[in-house]
Amino acid sequence: MSLLALPSLFIFVTFAVVPLFGVVVLSFTKWDGIGDILPNGVDSWRVVLADPMTWHALGLTLTIMVASWLVQTPLCLLLGTFIAGHQRYRSVLAVLFFLPLLLSSAAIAIAFKSLLDPNFGLGAGLHLPILNQDWLGVDLAFPVVIGVIAWQFIPFHTLLYQGGVRQIPVQLYEAAEIDGAGRIQQFFTITLPQLKYTVITSSTLMLVGSLTYFDLVFVMTEGGPGNATRILPLDMYIRGFKANQMGAASVLAVFLVVLGLAMALGVQRLGGKDKAASQLEGM
Amino acid sequence: MTDVMPSTSTHVKNVRDRGRRGVGRPNVLGGLLGWFWLAVVIIPIYYVVVTSLKDQGGYFAGNPLALPWPPKMDAYIEVFNNKILMYFTNSVIVAVGAVVPIVLFAFMASYAIVRGHGRFLKFANGLFLMGLAIPIQATIIPIYLMITKMGLYDSLLAIILPAVAFGQPLSVLIVSNFLRDIPKELFESMRLDGLNDWQIMWRLAFPLTSPALVTVAIYNGLNVWNGFLFPLILTQSPDKRTMPLALWAFQGEYTVNIPAVLAAVIVSTVPILVLYVLGRRQLLSGLTAGVGK
Repeated sequence: MSLLALPSLFIFVTFAVVPLFGVVVLSFTKWDGIGDILPNGVDSWRVVLADPMTWHALGLTLTIMVASWLVQTPLCLLLGTFIAGHQRYRSVLAVLFFLPLLLSSAAIAIAFKSLLDPNFGLGAGLHLPILNQDWLGVDLAFPVVIGVIAWQFIPFHTLLYQGGVRQIPVQLYEAAEIDGAGRIQQFFTITLPQLKYTVITSSTLMLVGSLTYFDLVFVMTEGGPGNATRILPLDMYIRGFKANQMGAASVLAVFLVVLGLAMALGVQRLGGKDKAASQLEGM
Repeated sequence: MTDVMPSTSTHVKNVRDRGRRGVGRPNVLGGLLGWFWLAVVIIPIYYVVVTSLKDQGGYFAGNPLALPWPPKMDAYIEVFNNKILMYFTNSVIVAVGAVVPIVLFAFMASYAIVRGHGRFLKFANGLFLMGLAIPIQATIIPIYLMITKMGLYDSLLAIILPAVAFGQPLSVLIVSNFLRDIPKELFESMRLDGLNDWQIMWRLAFPLTSPALVTVAIYNGLNVWNGFLFPLILTQSPDKRTMPLALWAFQGEYTVNIPAVLAAVIVSTVPILVLYVLGRRQLLSGLTAGVGK
């Protein structure tokens, strides 16, 4: 019987568990990506921790994390509640709302890059000065990236909230109506508290996920202009695969692992429930 | 569990309709938000579609949102002449090559974990659970090292192997949760009929688990189809590009031919769009596979 688990276990350990420990080992070495790997003690750590770029990248990542949560969560909550209703037009809207889920990050990045182009994009073509900004310039690139990330991920979380709302027993609403509670009151006294575990699940995925927005930012800005959108995973990529400092990049990878775990545990603690229970009830 | 959602939600739907109708007033605020968000979602997608139907002259002149009439196929001809079918085929090979072993391995491991006993299987289960928290990006440097040492760098297999590995934890979790819900009596009666574990696994468990296997296949298929990081790091020659990487490369090559770049975007999305049209419910439950349990 145990033999049946071997293929799965073997490939998983080889290409996921071993690299996880490997990255810690590599963070104490010096390697240019091609030549020999030499032990290097804590030098890479010292270099990375002393480099202002690290803190800049970490700051951007944390900002994206917080901003994404603040932008996406209220919108997803409201949209999810809205399309949980069974009116026909709402179901049609829901089908369209989920379209961004079908696109790859690379596709979304390219679409918005051309849409926002200052010379030939939407703003220029429609001659609307307010739309005609240098969207991917130094000042606006970072907020625009946050906006495009929201565009990409709001459908997924809306889908979660839609599922959550549909699980709320309808008797609660009936009782509230008998008590004369209005729609907004019902939202705050029934819908929101009942969605507690969906909020926890969605927030965990959002916060942990925001550590990994690599594809989109890479294709859209490559970390630029300057270093305006050089978030942590991009900083890791650039140091490792462009500057050939795999040791330093591994240090940043360790950062990512630790941050991800801390975030996942933190949100669960905040919710006051262990992971299994919250996920079960979230759907 | 995601797989029971459709039936539950239709049930809730009936109850819900009655309850909601009592309110009687139209939900103005919700409606406004709904239509606003529709515009936010549709305008960029519409822009991509119409722009891909323009020729370069049409792109530089005129209203960016106007429907070009007659639609021009120049952009599509351009990308089809530029090997897009090869990139498309690469993506299909990688997706199929990863999804088939992911589903098979995960199914066998789940069967062992649910039906078997012993410390080894407990340990395996624990390891998969822990594996859910491993961020892929953080492991890319050691994976790059291993793939080069194995002599697999710049091959499609280099993309497939780590994808299979990272597909395991969640797939095992979903499939084993599903297997646990199959009544023990079914297994016992087949054993009484003289079937061994291997036969029971394929004749009983496999067909009964198929909804979970479909969910898992869709979830992983989408991830691999849209995956960018592994192809970016683990391949380099143009004839190994998968679709997302090809889009990125197109963008670099066609700096002025935006309709062609956007036509490539559309071509890369077609298979998933077809899936969405044919099996929206399955696709959506595949997408949220990670959250159900």
